[in-house]
Formats: sequence, structure tokens, C-alpha cells
Amino acid sequence: MNLTLKIWRQKNANDKGKMVDYPISGIEPDMSFLEMLDVLNEELINKGEEPVAFDHDCREGICGMCSLYINGEAHGPDRGVTTCQLHMRMFNDGDTIYIEPFRAAAFPVVKDLVVDRSSFDRIQHAGGFVSVNTSGNTIDANTIPVNKHDADDAFDAATCIGCGACVASCKNSSAMLFVGAKVSQFALLPQGQVEATDRVMNMVKQMDEEGFGNCTNTGACEVECPKGISLENIARMNREYLKASFKG
Amino acid sequence: MALDSKIPKGPLADKWTNHKNNINLVNPANKRLIDVIVVGTGLAGGSAAATLAELGYNVKAFCFQDSPRRAHSIAAQGGINAAKNYQGDGDSDYRLFYDTVKGGDYRSREANVYRLAEVSANIIDQCVAQGVPFAREYGGLLDNRSFGGVLVSRTFYAKGQTGQQLLLGAYSAMNRQIGRGKIKMYNRHEMLDVVVVDGKARGIIARNLVTGEIERHSAHAVVLGTGGYGNVFFLSTNAMGSNVTAAWKAHKRGAYFANPCYTQIHPTCIPVSGDHQSKLTLMSESLRNDGRIWVPKHMEDVKAIREGKLKPTEIAEENRDYYLERRYPAFGNLVPRDVASRAAKERCDAGYGVNKTGEAVYLDFASAIQRYGKEQAHVKGLNENDAALVKELGQEVIKNKYGNLFQMYEKIVDQNPYETPMMIYPAVHYTMGGIWVDYNLMTTVPGLYAIGEANFSDHGANRLGASALMQGLADGYFVLPYTIGDYLSNDIRTGPISTESPEFEEAEKNVRNRIESLINNNGTHSVDYFHKKLGKIMWNKVGMSRNAKGLSEAIEEIAALREEFWKDVKVPGEAEEFNEELAKAGRVADFLELGELFAKDALQRNESCGGHYREESVEESGEQKGEAKRDDENFKYVAAWEYKGEPKDAVLHKENLVFENIELKQRSYK
Repeated sequence: MNLTLKIWRQKNANDKGKMVDYPISGIEPDMSFLEMLDVLNEELINKGEEPVAFDHDCREGICGMCSLYINGEAHGPDRGVTTCQLHMRMFNDGDTIYIEPFRAAAFPVVKDLVVDRSSFDRIQHAGGFVSVNTSGNTIDANTIPVNKHDADDAFDAATCIGCGACVASCKNSSAMLFVGAKVSQFALLPQGQVEATDRVMNMVKQMDEEGFGNCTNTGACEVECPKGISLENIARMNREYLKASFKG
Repeated sequence: MALDSKIPKGPLADKWTNHKNNINLVNPANKRLIDVIVVGTGLAGGSAAATLAELGYNVKAFCFQDSPRRAHSIAAQGGINAAKNYQGDGDSDYRLFYDTVKGGDYRSREANVYRLAEVSANIIDQCVAQGVPFAREYGGLLDNRSFGGVLVSRTFYAKGQTGQQLLLGAYSAMNRQIGRGKIKMYNRHEMLDVVVVDGKARGIIARNLVTGEIERHSAHAVVLGTGGYGNVFFLSTNAMGSNVTAAWKAHKRGAYFANPCYTQIHPTCIPVSGDHQSKLTLMSESLRNDGRIWVPKHMEDVKAIREGKLKPTEIAEENRDYYLERRYPAFGNLVPRDVASRAAKERCDAGYGVNKTGEAVYLDFASAIQRYGKEQAHVKGLNENDAALVKELGQEVIKNKYGNLFQMYEKIVDQNPYETPMMIYPAVHYTMGGIWVDYNLMTTVPGLYAIGEANFSDHGANRLGASALMQGLADGYFVLPYTIGDYLSNDIRTGPISTESPEFEEAEKNVRNRIESLINNNGTHSVDYFHKKLGKIMWNKVGMSRNAKGLSEAIEEIAALREEFWKDVKVPGEAEEFNEELAKAGRVADFLELGELFAKDALQRNESCGGHYREESVEESGEQKGEAKRDDENFKYVAAWEYKGEPKDAVLHKENLVFENIELKQRSYK
């Protein structure tokens, strides 16, 4: 396959940045999108140019490190995948592909296609945990039964990989799908109940402070989420928040 | 220096309890005066950082990723073992201990493995208390499944994403401590040296990967939970960033490196598709619970499949060779990973591989779909003879168990594994070798600890499934937090460690010089060019099957490649910026040294053991004819290497393994 890549280049957080064209050839359909970028980078290095910086690590679709806004979609045109699981067979010979970083005020660009998503971490520091001692002297696991339906729903919420595609896809750069998933996991389990009120209040407060926008129920986040995290989680977070506000 | 494993005296089952009762403690008020550095935030590092902070120590944690949550433990799929015996199928601490020692081909320490089995049940309690959503049965109790190499169901799981859920548990425990200010987190930082002052580890030199700044960090002790080094093969199931740098730097500062040649080759990975491939993807071993492994019995079928004239589903049952079930009737498809990997290689080497490169076998779910479908139809009172219905119901069960794995497979290979068998082939997965540690998990450098995959571990020459997560969390939550106190109790009056000492000065200078020589080298080849070359040597001559001639050649070839690297590598960009190529160059430089030691270790170990098949060491007669032959008389030891400059000059120290509770037997899964 022969392709034209239009890639966002930005030297650092303070640089203005611009789109640059890169023609590329010899791309095979069974390459992953990131392997295609590897090929480009190898060419750039051999020509004495700087390779394109992009985030990636496990390349198995689970670490959440890879990002990229491809042809106007987070993680590109395929559904239910991260960029590392996107394959070139999704594209046609001769295509022009636009590759940009995830754009949101709360995700500042570090370099080229790399953004800083530490705002997600800070939301979790504010309450994304159960305050249990890590001493191992807890009660036997089977003394906390959880009905299968709740356990499965909690698991589904917990599969969020924190990649930020929801934020990148949202016209308001809202992080509510991410935060909703985190709140839901604990809201659905008996372990998380004791501090449920503080958790949702603190996490939402931090989310707002980080500069994420609000949810207007467009649903783009759910469509673009590589792990199929459902909007239900936002509804659940809103209920939890409302409940907590009354308790205040 | 003689290796002192510090294994406590007394009966096996009491060793850990007695040890805990007799080691020194640090009182809570004094813990506030002590700093600990934890490098790596996976299951081992993350759980250790959280627990040490919980105990009251000041923790500084480092990871090269943008968040601790991305550590490669997150990719572990199948599950975590624990001797809970919830299923009432006869499990116990002793059986978990026994399976692990036997599964590791009797090359691990009895005392460590028993302790691992002993604390395994606490791990599950701890994780459930944290809100880790393990799979449940309808009654609300925890579900279990079985894994390769064992005859009980002791594996706890969260679909095919157990590692993710356990890591998020450890990460949330860390978040709590970060929120309290007890852990100071350094994301996107890479450790580039250990600082040793008066013979004790007192800090690290780290590079901020965003700004390129070189930083000094001091502490009273340093803990490495930095994972394994399988990426020395270039292609492996490890994350792209997984590397040996921290462990190798520790080795260069005096930590012995143990059993570097022990690498697990995982039997169920997606086969290599071409030269551009950047990494290999694992398919959880749990798939072998329901998948049957086969290749065609007849060569003409193999040829027809490769030419695309025949589909695997068109090959009749009697023309399939279910070679694991044939060779190992007792364990069948659930033989341990090393046995399954070698058997796949044997069939493919004999010409029966089913993809275009001849390096793939089938993993087939058709009979499981039938079996589950019939069961579901029966449960629901539906027609068990309706083939379409049975298939649909059966596929639903399979989807519930392994859905994400099937989806992942389909995205990568572009084939639907519900309809046609998966293709799999062995790939480099987990390294059992690593930094040598004593019973307290301390390396040969006082104050420097290694946990999880970074140490030479409890797995011997082969790791059973679902035991890596167990070891990572056992070390981090339950072992290190006790044993490190024994050492730190001498530091309550030390006060803060200065970073202005000549030792810090020297270490920082070393790091800077190395970075400068990489960035100013102006060679002609990229870092990956060298890494791929190294990987080829490693896989061809130091991989699943080895011989003395190949290993000797590999040692020379790697040394030559290393020389070429330093002369000819090209690293673009600058040192004081976000520069992924520069970070990679440093890691590959270390792999080029480790690779040689790895081959040297493999050469001296003239026995077949675990996944390490020495062509010179094969059973020549009897029931086990053709199987790998272990040599207990000459090789019942841990090979610990002392750094002396070039890898070729490394000095071998042997820790003899003593087995008082287990009789060493031939491993038979027949």
C-alpha cells in the first residue's frame, strides 16, 4: 500500500505545532497502525530526521498508553479497538491519513502525538479506591459475597483502560465516561459503600478542577471507547452524585 | 563472596512464621524517618509501594510509563493461583508448593516457594477487599478455573483480564497513599543507575523522560520491581518498553544476576506474520482448558491447508493429530508451558505447521462449543439435537469465558475463532532468571531489594500458569514489607541521605557520559536495527532448543554486534528533551550485554531443564525417550553471576539447592 500521512508535529508543549506530509510506501495490510509508524520512523531516522513521537507500550490493547486521533476519530476508524490493535487492512491503497494527538485542555501536548494524561491519575488520587489497609489481615474473601450480575457489571466498568479516547471524542472534552466507570465499579460492590459519598464528591470536584467539560449526552464517548464502556456508567455516577449531594 | 540464602531453620511449614517472629521491627514513629525508593509500579512494585507507605515509610515510586496503571502486569490474562481449596478438590499449601517446585523442574528454593503458597490465600482476601471484581458463581462466591501443570482448580480470574484488575487494585492502593502524600510518584522517569554508598544502596540516578533532566534521588533502601527482560529477543510478549536496564545497572553495581538463561516460552501466542512485526501477542493459557491442540496427521493435508485448498474444519476427526493428548494422556492439553511449547515446536520442525511459515498449530474450540451448547440446551430444557441452537448456546458460553481474547485474535489475524480454529505458536514470555536475592528478597548489595519478575524468583526453570501474578503480589504485599524492616531497623538514626556525596557525583557523571556518547555517535543504523539483529541471534541460537556449538557462536556474535552498536548506532534528537530513541538506545545497549551473559549461562548449563532444551541432554530410553533430560547430579544449583567488566569475564557462583521436603523425580505428565 502507498499512503500519504498528514501528521501533527510539535517539538514540545510550548511549540505551536503544524501538520506535516509524509508519503509512505510498502505498507502491508496485516501491519498494525503503530507498526506502520515504526516503518515511517525508521525511514526518518535513516534520512537523518527526527522520528515522530507517539505513546505506546503493550501493543495488546490493554495498557491504554497508545492514543492518536486518526482521520478525526480516537483510535481510528475501527470499533472496539485501541490504536495498537488497529490494522492497516482498514485502509485502502492511496489513502491520505490524518494523524493528530488527542486534543483537550486537560491533556496538554508533550511532543508530536504524545499528550499528558496525568489529570486522570489525579482524579483517582482524589478517591478512586477502597480505603482498606494493605496488611493482608482482612476477612476471608468469600465472606463478601457479590451477586454475579453486580460482579459482572462492576467488572465491565473496571475494564476501562484510561486511554482518554472518551475525552478526545467529546465536543466538550468531558471525562465523565472515565470517571463514571471508576465510580461505578465501587458503587456496584459492597466493598466500596462505606466511603461512597466522599468518593463521588471528591472525584467529580477534581474532574472539574482539571478542566474537563461537562456531559451533554451526545454519546460520542461510548461509540469511540475501545472497551465498550457504557453510558450507563455516567448515569450511575450522576445518581451517586445526587445521592451524595443530598447527604452533603 | 559466598552466597548466603538466609533460609530460616526449622520445619518447612513454620519457617516463615518463625522468621517473622524473629526479625527486627521498626517502630511506627521511626518509619517516618526512613525513605524507600521503589522502581517499577507493576504488581510487585505497585503493591510494595502501597504497603510500605501504609506502614509509614516515605516512599518514592518511579515508572517509565505515563501512569503506574500502565505497567505490563496489566496485560496478564489468565489468572492468579491461591491455595484456598474453595472447590474442595484437595488443594492445600503443600500441593501448591509441590506443583510449583515440580513445575519449575526442581530448580527453585523450597523455602521461598512454600512461603509463596502460604501467603497466596491472603492475596485473594486482600484483592477482594480492595474491590477487585473477580469472577463469581451465581451464589455470589468466587469462581475458580484450572491451569496447565496442575490437577486442581485453584485459579482466580476476571475473564481474560486478571492482570489488569489486580494491577488496578494495587494502583488504587497506591492512589490512596499518593493522595495521603505518603508516596511521591515519579511518572515518565527511568532509573539509570543505583548509587552505592559505603557498600549500601542509598539511591538512584533517574532521567526525566519528558525533559531529559538527570536527577539524583536518595533513600535508605532501594527496591527494584522492574519486571523481566524477555525483550532481549526483540520479539516477545512483553510491552515495548519492558527492559533490563535497572536490573543490569544493579548487576554492574554488585548484584549477582541469577539464571539469566531461564526464559519461559509460552505455548499459546499468535504466530509471527512477517518481518515488520514489532511484538507478539499472547493468548491466555486458560484457553487450553477448553481448546484442543492439533495438527493434521497427514502431510498432504498440511500442504493443502498451506495452499489454501483445504480448511481446518474440513479435516475429519480421525485425520487430526491431537499430539498433546496422544503423548501426555494424564494432563493432555493442560501439560505445563514448557512441555506444550516443545511439543508444538517438535511437530512444526517435523513439517506439520499449518500456516505459510510452517510455524503454527491449531487451538480448536469446536468440541468445547458442542459440549457447552448441549449442556446449556439441557439446562434450559431446549432441543439438544438442534445443531444450530447448540452451536449458538455453546459459543455464548465460550464468549463469556474468553470473549476478549477471541476479539483480540480476530482483530490481529482477521479470522473468526468461533468458526475456525485459532493458530498459535510458542513465543518468549516470562523470564525466570533475574537478580539473585536471599530469603529476605535482598540482593548481594545490602539495602538493594528485587521483587517480582525482576528477581530470580520462585519459579525455577519454568513458570506454571497463574503463578507470576501470585509472586508479584506476594512479594509486594506480604513478604518485602516484613523483611525490609529487618534491614531498615539499623537506619532509624541515620537521618536523611545526602545526594551530594562523591558516590552520587560519580554515578551521575557515568550516566551523563553514556547519554552523550549515544547522542553524539552519528552512526548509520537505528537502534531497532541492532535490536532486531540481537533478537535473531537469541532466538536462533539461545532459544527453545540449544547446543554448545550454537551457544559459543552466539556469545561471539553478540560481542561483535555490541562493538558495532557502539561504533555505528545513530540516535537522533537531543538529550534534554522527550527522546524515545535515546531511551531505547540505552535499553538496547544493556540488552547487548545481558544477551551475552544469557548465552554464557545457557552454555554452562549442559542439561535440559524447564523450557531449556539442550540437544546434548535427552532421555535415550524408556517411557520418556526423546523427552528433555534434567541432570540433578551436576546442575542442581542456582547459577549466580558476578559482574567483572565484560560479560565474558563474569564469575559464576553456585547456590546449591537443597530439597528436604520433596523428592526429586522425573517430571512425567504422561
